[in-house]
Amino acid sequence: MTSRSPISHSRVSRSQARLGRSIALHLFLTPLALVWLFPLWMMVVFSTMPDNGIFSPDIELLPHGNFLDNVSNLQRGTNFIGAIGISVSVAVTYTFLSVMLTSMAGWALARYNFFGKGMVVAIIFGTITLPYAVVLIPQFIMVARDFKLANTWVALIVPPLFNSLGVLFMRQSFSMMPHELFDAAKVEGVKEWRIFLFVALPLARPMLAALAIILFLASWNNYLWPLLINSKPGAMTAPVALGTLIGLTKVSWGGIMAGAVMLTAPMLVVFVLLQRHFVAGIAAGAIK
Amino acid sequence: MRYQNATAYRFLAPYLLIFSIFWLWPIIDSFLISFQATRTVPWRFAPTFNWGRLIGDPAFFNALKNTLLILVIQVPVMISLAIVMAVLLNSPLLKARGLFRFAFFAPVVVGEVAYSAVFRLMFNLDYGIINKLLNSIGLPSVDWFTNVTPAMAVIMMAVTWRWAGYNAIILLAGLQSIPEDVYEAATLDRVSKVKQFFYITLPLLKPIIVFCAVLSIIGTMQLFTEPFLITERGGPGGGTETLGLLLYRQGFRSLNFGYASAVAYTMAGLAIAISLVQIWLTREPK
Repeated sequence: MTSRSPISHSRVSRSQARLGRSIALHLFLTPLALVWLFPLWMMVVFSTMPDNGIFSPDIELLPHGNFLDNVSNLQRGTNFIGAIGISVSVAVTYTFLSVMLTSMAGWALARYNFFGKGMVVAIIFGTITLPYAVVLIPQFIMVARDFKLANTWVALIVPPLFNSLGVLFMRQSFSMMPHELFDAAKVEGVKEWRIFLFVALPLARPMLAALAIILFLASWNNYLWPLLINSKPGAMTAPVALGTLIGLTKVSWGGIMAGAVMLTAPMLVVFVLLQRHFVAGIAAGAIK
Repeated sequence: MRYQNATAYRFLAPYLLIFSIFWLWPIIDSFLISFQATRTVPWRFAPTFNWGRLIGDPAFFNALKNTLLILVIQVPVMISLAIVMAVLLNSPLLKARGLFRFAFFAPVVVGEVAYSAVFRLMFNLDYGIINKLLNSIGLPSVDWFTNVTPAMAVIMMAVTWRWAGYNAIILLAGLQSIPEDVYEAATLDRVSKVKQFFYITLPLLKPIIVFCAVLSIIGTMQLFTEPFLITERGGPGGGTETLGLLLYRQGFRSLNFGYASAVAYTMAGLAIAISLVQIWLTREPK
């Protein structure tokens, strides 16, 4: 870096200082970015290598051509394709239902005054910092033993539908909209549920997209609850099915890595295509 | 103000119904179960059965110690790193911003199982890429999973890798809400960039940093998948067993729901304490 003259900032020294700062910035950030990309890159590399290549003393940093063999190894150990089918169906259904539920609740909190409103808001805020561990055991006993719903889709979809950040996000989105618009519709005699469905929801489309992406991802990657409640081989989600292989002695690690890639790659594509919505959805948790 | 109770509750009904059945009742029930002896049927009320065992159980204190150790090291490291990432990603001097954002934010979409598998393989003793790279620069292999300290280090590195970018996203949004002219004024007054960071950026970002810290603490406190899958059920010899793993082992392996509920409420107690600290830290100055 060039030293700046204390008396006058000439254009030249200013731009040299900028250049120096820019170089320092990239010299620091580039290795950090490479370290951060390394596990993902290695996941891809491992998924394309035969097992005797993964467990060899050589350093391999480039992909090979064994991905499909690894997929069929994986499929032999566990019905992974079937498990992916379950994961996709559950995540799609969950996302749709959860978006509807949280928007309806967010709409009620943004638009109406009602008895107990403060209490509802307090509950929603209170549960953000409540550890899930506190609900886990009775939830499991209830769903598995009382409702006899273990190893069903209902068990995977319904209990996680309660979601506090989503409601706060939608409440925020609806309260930023011009309420005169809704009131005008009301004067015209339009029913509240139609105002919600046909006026408010279409206006909230970008926020709904952000919310849907976050919810889909949460369902797709959910591990602990599906591990507990759907442990029968034919009812497992893809992460649970993959998890059962980790730690086995006779197992194809190339297969496990192929499974990891199949779980991760679609989400990475969605992330790249819809980064704006992703970032908005995550940032919404904190920025009010 | 006009009240519209009927309409409001019609919109809230499905959400509140799910909440009551699957959250409100379990929160209460969990508390009740923690005071019952659940190893014999029928369960019976025995107020000191689980809690008495808890305060004398070395496995509980081991899990508590491990969890707190991960908390006090991993969370500050990750939050500091996330602040650095956010500030640098926000720099107008940065080229190829999209690539850097991808590198740091991509782990956010990677599932726990997928990345646990990768980390486990990367840190393998004989064939892991990390030891191979250490050897190639003349350093000896580290036996990552048979000693407690390196095993803990792997867990902390894995969690930091997965969540630093997530926090950076939140912090970056916070940075972008700081008005540009604050910095312009400081630059005109010849305040150095470093001083601007410590005297403008950090104080204005404080509520968001505290929010990130609290979410991270509560997340890390419930850490389960990483010690379950990466270090093989909290190995070596319980050296990475966390409260989350102890709860799983007691509740779902030994089917000892009463004791597991006591562990769960210990975690809730810690979370409440941490939330109170947050409220105290971000209170409006009088």
